[in-house]
Amino acid sequence: MATATLHATDSHAHEHEHEHHELGFVQKYIFSEDHKTIAKQYLISGIIWAFFGGAMSIIFRLQLGFPNMDLTWLKPVLGQWIVEGKLEKEFYLALVTMHGTVMVFFVLTAGLSGTFSNFLIPLQIGARDMASGFINMLSYWFFFLASVIMFSSLFIETGPASGGWVIYPPLSALPQAMPGSGLGMTLWLTSMALFIVSQLMGGINYICTVINLRTRGMSFTKLPLTIWAFFFTAILGLLSFPVLLSAALLLIFDRSFGTSFYLSEIYIGGEALPNIGGSAILYQHLFWFLGHPEVYIVLLPALGITSEIIATNSRKPIFGYRAMIGSMMGITCLAFIVWAHHMFVTGMNPFLGSVFMFLTLIIAVPSAVKAFNYITTLWKGNLIFTPAMLFSIGLVSLFISGGLTGIILGNSALDINLHDTYFVVAHFHLVMGAASFFGLMAGVYHWFPKLFGKMMNKNAGYIHFWLTFVGVYCVFFPMHYIGLAGFPRRYYSFTALGNGRMEAFVDMNMFISIAAILTFLAQAIFAVNFFYSIFKGKRAPQNPWNSNTLEWTAPIDGIHGNWEGEIPAVYRWPYDYSKPGSAVDFIPQNVPYSATLESNFPEENEEIAKEKEIEGLLDTQNSVYNH
Amino acid sequence: MTYLIGLLSVVFLALAIMIVNKSMALSKGIQGAEQDSESPVDGANNINAIGFIVFLVLGSIGAAWSFLYSKPDLLPVAASDHGLITDKMFWISMGVITFAFFVTNALLFIFPFVYRYKKGNVATFYPVNHKLELIWTVIPAIVMAVLVFTGWRTWRDITAQAPDNAVVIEVTGHQFGWYVRYSGNDDNKLGNNNYKLIDDTNSLGIDYTDEKSFDDFTANEMHLPKGVPVLLKIKAQDVLHSVYLPYQRVKMDAVPGMPTKFWFVPNKSTDEMRYITGNPEFNYKLNCTEICGRGHFGMAITVFVDEPEEYAAWCKQQKPFLTQNPDFLAKVPEKLKSKAQKYIEAPAAQSDSTQASGATPAASTSLR
Repeated sequence: MATATLHATDSHAHEHEHEHHELGFVQKYIFSEDHKTIAKQYLISGIIWAFFGGAMSIIFRLQLGFPNMDLTWLKPVLGQWIVEGKLEKEFYLALVTMHGTVMVFFVLTAGLSGTFSNFLIPLQIGARDMASGFINMLSYWFFFLASVIMFSSLFIETGPASGGWVIYPPLSALPQAMPGSGLGMTLWLTSMALFIVSQLMGGINYICTVINLRTRGMSFTKLPLTIWAFFFTAILGLLSFPVLLSAALLLIFDRSFGTSFYLSEIYIGGEALPNIGGSAILYQHLFWFLGHPEVYIVLLPALGITSEIIATNSRKPIFGYRAMIGSMMGITCLAFIVWAHHMFVTGMNPFLGSVFMFLTLIIAVPSAVKAFNYITTLWKGNLIFTPAMLFSIGLVSLFISGGLTGIILGNSALDINLHDTYFVVAHFHLVMGAASFFGLMAGVYHWFPKLFGKMMNKNAGYIHFWLTFVGVYCVFFPMHYIGLAGFPRRYYSFTALGNGRMEAFVDMNMFISIAAILTFLAQAIFAVNFFYSIFKGKRAPQNPWNSNTLEWTAPIDGIHGNWEGEIPAVYRWPYDYSKPGSAVDFIPQNVPYSATLESNFPEENEEIAKEKEIEGLLDTQNSVYNH
Repeated sequence: MTYLIGLLSVVFLALAIMIVNKSMALSKGIQGAEQDSESPVDGANNINAIGFIVFLVLGSIGAAWSFLYSKPDLLPVAASDHGLITDKMFWISMGVITFAFFVTNALLFIFPFVYRYKKGNVATFYPVNHKLELIWTVIPAIVMAVLVFTGWRTWRDITAQAPDNAVVIEVTGHQFGWYVRYSGNDDNKLGNNNYKLIDDTNSLGIDYTDEKSFDDFTANEMHLPKGVPVLLKIKAQDVLHSVYLPYQRVKMDAVPGMPTKFWFVPNKSTDEMRYITGNPEFNYKLNCTEICGRGHFGMAITVFVDEPEEYAAWCKQQKPFLTQNPDFLAKVPEKLKSKAQKYIEAPAAQSDSTQASGATPAASTSLR
């Protein structure tokens, strides 16, 4: 299986590349086919989107935390959406909707997976680029187009889509139901269709690259966990995004061509609609068939990144490498068969509810295994707290804290009361929102030297971590209480709850809003650090974290084709940290066992015989790149 | 539960103070020592390690305090039979996850402190231990299995067929309010309705070709009998809504074109709740929990849970929709007119056409 796929690079190919090295500005930075540039494009787009998505949440948190506040000062930005000093009710819903859409899809899917799958897959498996650089470029530009359309929907008169990020019909299908279901929803659907196209092109590329372009010696069992995570993520996306596309297409038909896929027996705006026989629940099944895997599409890359960073900075092998792969595989498979736990109280057959409850709670087991393995990796390590390491530990904490409440929500009997309350909001923000965001941050801090050839400021990183970590808990921990008190989500205000229930949580809502604002402001530290370091950062050393993976053997200023000369061969797994007998506390993957006789385990000495074989694959590998 | 949290936080507090004390001295020593240019860490490494301990302590205290602070308002008094069961199950599950929460987070934050970088230390090469992994795969699996099994049994009971003696009430969501229809004093059966029959008066589209509709009455508030199974038949006219009775722990979506249902036994009357909560103004509410447009947050009606005899008395006072809107007699098919006639009050009947009054009671019996 040690295949050789890869790129090419005998000296011949190399010269060849050199001839083409002077790309024009457009080809180099805009319509680039280089995976490293595309990764940076994804990253910067993701960061920009994150600030927009965050800002939206701050505006609706102002409404929730300070319902009596005069918001006239926001009029220069929001214009007609501020009416008599108050946030327009429909615009509140629009903000909630766009915050969810932007964060889930544009930040945590494109920004996280798009950045790190693109950047790390070729570099960590030892490939010169993605299987198809052209499709990879298209993938980014489809995403860009989707972004432009989504962004433009913020500025139209009827407002952007406002039916919640899940856009359940009939609300999203009938323009007469709310203004946001007019042009705003059309733009949302168009944008998402393009986004899905982008994801599919990206996903196919990731899968092909991992399967076909591994360097000689890089068997599947020697892949870093990051790559395993990206690989599973791509498979999840490839299988589930098309379902969302079909859900969206049917919705487009219902909206524009008079079909009745989701519509039946509707009386609205003083007239009975002719649609008969559709099912609103059908949409929910289709949506969550993507929607649930999407949670793992967002989370798995973050977990992969964390595995790598925790092992490196604990100076220890990741505990249970195969168990980690196994649990990711388990999560990937189970992710497809738990979707209906989002629908326990939709009127779906209760028997189905039972089935999905069983399946859902099974998925807690591999998740628990992962958490325990991370903790055990820390045990008896020699821990170095780089900002990336801090964010990784933070991720594990958030993943545990948010994941545990999933045990309650996955229980359909308990979900009856908690469904669509703030308890759910708290749960998923911790386990997939904040945890994945921490994964993104950890990844940026860890691979910034490789991305830009510069170092970020560590102290700013520490401060950024602590403010964010404390802030995130302050925002989402109290939300559990509000949910347990029965506060429904997507409420503009809680006046209709009655019985003094709103009053009981005025302080807490205010606290959450203040914490959210501070946490949001703390991200400015990151932004400044990030952009400043790109230009003015200290020059990065070759291998700043003494890491084992292949990307740190590539030239500091990424070059087209990734390695000058031959791509390194791989002889060992990526987690030989602090190996007994070794003089250094890390042995990179490209160091053969024959060079480390003092630290080899008996079974590893047998591997020495295979080194010739691996070397022999060089020609095959090069030939891949040469035709 | 409360004690558990209190106890845990005290333990952690003590532990943490000890560790922090020790570490302060330690880190001072280290920082003062040589700034090794080869060292992979800077002075902040120890501070960050201590940070995790401080976070653990303050976080535990914060979690315990905030829980105690909001406890009185969490899961407001359950006012239905199944609500009592699910609440109990909730607190048991919560106990289990709170335990896991504190243990795992404590390890996660204590390890970084204990095993922070120290010059000359070498990490232990410890890549795998199958026994350990087996243990922590099996234990969560067993705990999960127990929780799932009890959850499943409760869920099965809650979603079982409603008992035959259940009082049937229809609740229909629309932008932005709820219509409530009762099955009437005579047959405890709801008549058909059809969205195409909706007009300004007949906002539910009640179908008067169905004789079961004749005694149905509507109301702007919901009355439920205490201690009796109530079957809610849930509908929506325009977009998705969701019936949420927070105190009764009832939630079920209202879906256009697909009637749903939920049955439960309310077990605390409004008066009892006023007494329990000490709030003479207390009223149950029915809220919407599925986003439905600009008025979503305000889409609520008041719910009264009455003693069964009070409920019966209240029902008796209600007039069927047909009685209040005798014009709809015209929609009743000829052969059922006499049956419907019963619900038309005398003055209304007199003002009616002779044709209507012509259908005499005698005729109706013969038709039967």
